[in-house]
Order: sequence, then structure tokens, then C-alpha cells
Amino acid sequence: MLKEERELVVKMRGLKKSFDENHVLTGVDLDLYKGENLVVLGKSGSGKSVLIKIMVGLLQQDEGTIEILGKNTAGLSLKELNKLRLKVGFSFQHSALYDSMTVKENLVFPLTRNVKGLTRKEIDKKVDELLDAVGLPQSVNQMPSELSGGQKKRIGVARTLILNPEIMLYDEPTAGLDPITCVEINNLIVQVKEQFNTSSIVITHDLTCAKTTGDRMAVLLDGQFKAVGPFDEVFTNAIDQRVKSFYDYNFIK
Amino acid sequence: MSLTSNDNKPVISKKIDRFFIGLASAFTFVKRFFQEVFKPPFEFREIMRQCYEIGYRSLPLISLTGFIVGIVFTNQSRPSLSEFGATSWLPALISIAVVRAMGPLVTALIAAGKVGSGIGAEIASMKVTEQIDAMEVSAINPFKFLVVTRTVATTLMIPVLVMYTDFVALIGSFLSVNSKELVSLSTFFVQVFEAISFLDVFSSIIKSLVFGFTIGIVGCYKGYNSSKGTEGVGKAANASVVMAMFLIFIEELLGLQIVNAIRNA
Repeated sequence: MLKEERELVVKMRGLKKSFDENHVLTGVDLDLYKGENLVVLGKSGSGKSVLIKIMVGLLQQDEGTIEILGKNTAGLSLKELNKLRLKVGFSFQHSALYDSMTVKENLVFPLTRNVKGLTRKEIDKKVDELLDAVGLPQSVNQMPSELSGGQKKRIGVARTLILNPEIMLYDEPTAGLDPITCVEINNLIVQVKEQFNTSSIVITHDLTCAKTTGDRMAVLLDGQFKAVGPFDEVFTNAIDQRVKSFYDYNFIK
Repeated sequence: MSLTSNDNKPVISKKIDRFFIGLASAFTFVKRFFQEVFKPPFEFREIMRQCYEIGYRSLPLISLTGFIVGIVFTNQSRPSLSEFGATSWLPALISIAVVRAMGPLVTALIAAGKVGSGIGAEIASMKVTEQIDAMEVSAINPFKFLVVTRTVATTLMIPVLVMYTDFVALIGSFLSVNSKELVSLSTFFVQVFEAISFLDVFSSIIKSLVFGFTIGIVGCYKGYNSSKGTEGVGKAANASVVMAMFLIFIEELLGLQIVNAIRNA
């Protein structure tokens, strides 16, 4: 199916963001289609995380518009923004699990505060299902401090999925993990897309992660996307030398 | 030494700007607390958990401190009173000192050190590890869950701890008095209650409520507004204690003036 025929779930136009004199985003245009995984690539400090933090209202853009699931995020009241946030899951770089809560409590916390009238049995079932989906059913009563980095990422993803989001945002999902765990997390991202029918934006500078998880790549340089398209297209036909060198540095020839 | 910074604004002017910006930010934070505290949902479970952490977990430290304060203050006061042959006034003197000032002040200072720093460090580390952001993106109000619950818990628990400290300090004082003057427990407490008025107890409770609110809101404010990074966590914990203690002393002074004005009216 041609991408133009598919439903657009995220549409960004002319997005700009500066921190004092540091112009991080200088006019970003981005389209995310329903059911696709879009990988945003870029060097550290290039504004990748800023981009998705603006999407969920953790940061405010200076200029530009964002439409998520057909809703323009500008001028939304907090109540409307929170309603939209429930449809957009955010998986943090360092998992951001609540230290004082067990794995189960981490999952139940957002669920019970946003979905009213659930019975204890329904909550337990939902938690079990998601822990099974991320491959950690045995961790239900563990504290975050007892989990490895990879396990924390998985629980972070499960916590995000518990609210049935339509869009998933992954901030550096493989950062700081060993190669084997990276492969597991990459597979999990693909699995989440298929099992939960989500559309995703994956922020990374890891090309293995990008190639495994992404349907399309978008390379962020100087605050703008310099190349957008499938992996091979972006890196084989790259006109910008910096896009090419990004590939060369990741896959040393 | 240069008196001006790069942008040609005098350093003193920048400091004044920073002070007023900080003041406005603190005022907005307190205002938000009062806007949120009466709005549902009420996080009763988290408030109860915090009450347990703040109240019950502080008991050993408060008990020891209160007991020692009672003994030391009695022993230090005895020589002066015995010069006038007035050692029988010890229970009255101690009760007034403990209920009016020492109990609330000592408890608040200990709590500022133990509880205030804990709140500041906990919230700051939650900010550093993006746990506060995680709440926001899950459509949970982190201010309500973290700030309101902790501030309500300190406001409720400090008066309870103060009453407990008063009691323990008076027990310490009784043991000290009893060791020299052979006064019975009932006689001691009769003299204690004869010396204090309703205004003393009432003002002590009101003061404790204010101290409790100060400890909670300062700890939360410093934690919530900490700079990112581990250094920010330490700074937030430290600033929570220093700022809370400073404000407690000012509030004690103001409280004293108000109570004296009421008493003399």
C-alpha cells in the first residue's frame, strides 16, 4: 500500500525549539503513518529526545505545529492533553521505573489512576498479560533495584503498554545495554508493533536497532531531517556526506 | 574583581533578580499546593504511607531527643532555682518551656533534618531519573501525588510528634526532678498542668502545624526545582534542611510575638 493512502497518526510541520542560543530543532517536518515504526537517527545532542518530549507535552515548541491522531496539540487544555497522552506511550531512556514500587505496582499505578471501575481480578489479569508479553512474568513482585538494565527497559515498555496506547515513543531503547540484550529489546519493539498494533517512533543512534526495528529512517542533522526513507535508501543514496559517515562509523568497514 | 557580568548587568542586580524570581516561583508553588489540596482525587493511601514514614519512623529519634531535652533542661534550671529555694517550681518552669517553645522547636528542627532532607532528596532523585516525567506522560498529576501528599503528611504528623515530644520531655524532666526532690508522678503532672494554659497548648499546636507545612513544602519545592544530575539531589537535600530551619526560627519568633500580643490583650 502506498504510504499516502495510509492513515497519518503524527504530523509535524516546521517544528522549532531553542534553549537560549542553542537552536536544537530548526524546522522539523515529520509524518508517522499508522502501523509503521519510524526510527529517528542522530548524534547525541542533536535534539532527538527533545522532539518526542515536545510530542507528549514535556517540552513546548517555540514554533511549528504537531497533530497527533488528528488533534493539534497547540492550545490543548491539561485535561485534553492528558487524554491524548493516554494514547501515546513513552518509554524512557533510563526506564524511569518508580523506585518505591514493585514491578506490579509500577504497572498498576497508571492503570488505576486512568481507568476506573476495574476489579482486582481484571487488574491482575492485565498485569500478567503484559509481563508475559515482555517475557518477565516472574518479576511481578520484584523491586526495580533488583532488575537488570534490560529487564527495567522491558518493564518500562510493559508499564507504557498497560494503557493501550496507539503510538509508542522509544527514547534510546538500547542505550547502555550489552549486544545480546540490545537484540532482545529490538525484537521486543517489533513484537509490540505486531501484537499491540502500535505505530512507533524510535529514537536511537544505534544503526543495528534502527535496521531491525524501523520501517523508515529519518536522520536528524542541524535540527532538520536530512534524509527520510527506508534504511537502504537513506544510507546508499545519501547525498549528505554526514549521513554517509554516520553509517560508516556504525558499521566499520 | 569585576562588578559587572558579560552582559553588562551589575552582579548585584542579577542577584536581586534571582532572589525575586525565586520568591515568585516559591509563591506560585505554595499557591498551586492550595489549589490542588482540595481537588479530587485525594491520594489517601499515599498520604497514609507518608504519615507512617514521617511519623512512625521518626519516633525513635524524637523519643531520644525529647527525653534528653527534658533531663538536660531540668538539670540546667535546678541550680538557678535552688539559689532562691524555688526548686518546687521546676515542673511548672519545665512544662511552660517545653510546651510553649522547646517541644515544637526541637521536634521541628529534628524533623527538618530527617524528614525535610529525605523529601528533598527523594523528589530530586525522582526528577533526575525522569520518574516525574513518567507520571506526567501517564496523565498522572505528579504535583498532587508527590507534593500534596508529603506536605499534608508533614502538616498532620508534626503536631502529633510535638505532643509526643512534650510528653517524653516531661517524663525525662520528672525522672530528673524525682532523683533529687522525690516528687511523685501525679504531683509532678498536677504542677505541670496547673502551669500551662489552653492558649499555650493551642498556640503550640498551631505553631506545629505551620512548622510541619514549612518542612513539607520546602522539601518538596527544593526537590521539585532541583537542577538535574546527582549533584542536584545533594543540593536539594541540603537546601531543604537549611531553608526549613531558617523559616522555622522566623516563624517561632513571629508566633511568639502573636501569642504575647494575645496574652497581653
